[in-house]
Amino acid sequence: MKNYWWKILCAGLLFYTLVAGFITPVPRLDILNESIRNLYFHVPMWFAMMALLTVSLVASIRYLGGYKSRFDQVALQAANVSMLLGVLGLLTGMLWANFTWGKPWTNDPKLNGVAIGMLTYLAYFVLRGSIEDPAKRARISAVYNIFAYVMFMVFINVLPRLTASLHPGNGGNPGFDTYDLDSDMRLVFYPAVFGWILLGVWLMSQRVRLARISEKLSETN
Amino acid sequence: MSLAAQVAHLFRRELMLEQRQKYAFQGILLYVISTIFICKFSFREIQAVPSWNALFWIILLFAAVNAVAKSFVQENRGRLLYLYTLCDPRALLLAKMLYNALLMFFLAMTGLGIYLLLVGNPVQDYGQFLLVTFLGSLGFATVFTMISAIASKAGNNFTLMAILGFPVMLPLLITVIRASKNAIDGLDWSVSWKFHLAIAVLNVLVVALSYLLFPYLWRD
Repeated sequence: MKNYWWKILCAGLLFYTLVAGFITPVPRLDILNESIRNLYFHVPMWFAMMALLTVSLVASIRYLGGYKSRFDQVALQAANVSMLLGVLGLLTGMLWANFTWGKPWTNDPKLNGVAIGMLTYLAYFVLRGSIEDPAKRARISAVYNIFAYVMFMVFINVLPRLTASLHPGNGGNPGFDTYDLDSDMRLVFYPAVFGWILLGVWLMSQRVRLARISEKLSETN
Repeated sequence: MSLAAQVAHLFRRELMLEQRQKYAFQGILLYVISTIFICKFSFREIQAVPSWNALFWIILLFAAVNAVAKSFVQENRGRLLYLYTLCDPRALLLAKMLYNALLMFFLAMTGLGIYLLLVGNPVQDYGQFLLVTFLGSLGFATVFTMISAIASKAGNNFTLMAILGFPVMLPLLITVIRASKNAIDGLDWSVSWKFHLAIAVLNVLVVALSYLLFPYLWRD
C-alpha cells in the first residue's frame, strides 16, 4: 500500500473524471454548448505536459548536481511522456477549436507556443541521438534541457501577455473565474487535472523501469 | 586576473583571429548581400510592411546561424583545452558572445543599408528601429553562441545547430519582429517600450543562463 496508493488514486480520479465529466450539469453558454466538457480533458493535458516538463527540468538539474544516470533516464522519459500529452492536448484542442472557433488551427499564441515546445523537445531527442558516449550525452542534453525549458516558459507565459489571444485569461478574454466555471465544474476540473498529472507520472515511472531493465539485460548478455 | 580582464583579452584574441582569416568575415558579409539580392530579384519591391519586416529578420536569422555557428567549431579541441587551462571557461564564452554581438550588429547594419536601398524603405522611426536592431542582433549572438557551444559537443553539424537554435530563438525573434514592426509604423515609444524591455530582459536571461550552464558543458 505504501508505494502504489497513488496509482489507485490516479485510476479513481480518472474514472471519476470520465463519469462525472459526461453526466454532471454544465452551464449553457453560447458557442461552447456541450463542448465545454472538453475542459476536463483538453486543459488537464497541458497541465500534465507542463508538470512532466518540469519533472524533466528538475531531473536534469539533479543530474548535473551529481552525474547519476538514473536522473538522466527520468529527464528523458519525462520529456517523452510530455510529448505524448502534448500531442493529445493538440488533438483534443483541435477538435474543440473546430467547433468553437471554426477551424482546427488558429493563429493563436498558445497554440503556437505548444507547437514550438514540441519542436524544442524533438530537437532535444535529436541532440541525444547524435552523441554516442552515454555520460556525455546525459550531460550535454541536460544543459540543453535547462536552457530550452526556460526559453519555452518565457515563450508561453510571458509573450502571450504582450498580445491578444483567443484563449481565456489573455488579452481581454475572460479567464476561468469569469467564464462561469461554476462550482460544479470545479468539482470535476481540479480532480481531472490531478488525475491526468498522476497518469503522466505513472507512465513515466513505467518507462524508467523498462529502460533500467533493458539496461540490466544488455549488461548481462 | 579578473573575469572582466580575461573577457577583454579573449575578445581581442577573437578580433585578431578574425583579422588573420579575413575570408571568413568576407564570406559571411557576401552571404548576407547575395541573400538580399536574391530577395530583391524574387520580390522586386515589397510594399506590405509585415512582409518587409519579416523578410529582413529572417535574412538576419540565417546570417546569424551561419556567422555564429563557427564560434566553437573553428577551434580545435587541443586549443580549446589550452585556453580553458589558461582562463575561466566562462570568460571565453562571454568573449565569444561579445564578439559575435559586434559581428551581428555590423552585419545587421550593412544588411539593413542594402535592404533599404534595394527592397524598399517603409521605416518611419529610425531611432526605435536601430535600437531594436541593436537589441535583436545582441540576442541572436548570445543565443546562437550558447547553441553553438552545445552543438559543437555533438558532432558540429549545421543541421543540429539550426534545429536546436530555432525553437529557443523564437521568443526573442517574435518579440523583435513585433517591436520592429512598431518602429516601422512609427508608433510612439510609450507603446513599444515594453517590447524593448522584453528583448533586453530576454538577453540578460540568456547570458545569465549560459554563464551558469557553461561550466557543465565545456569539459570533455
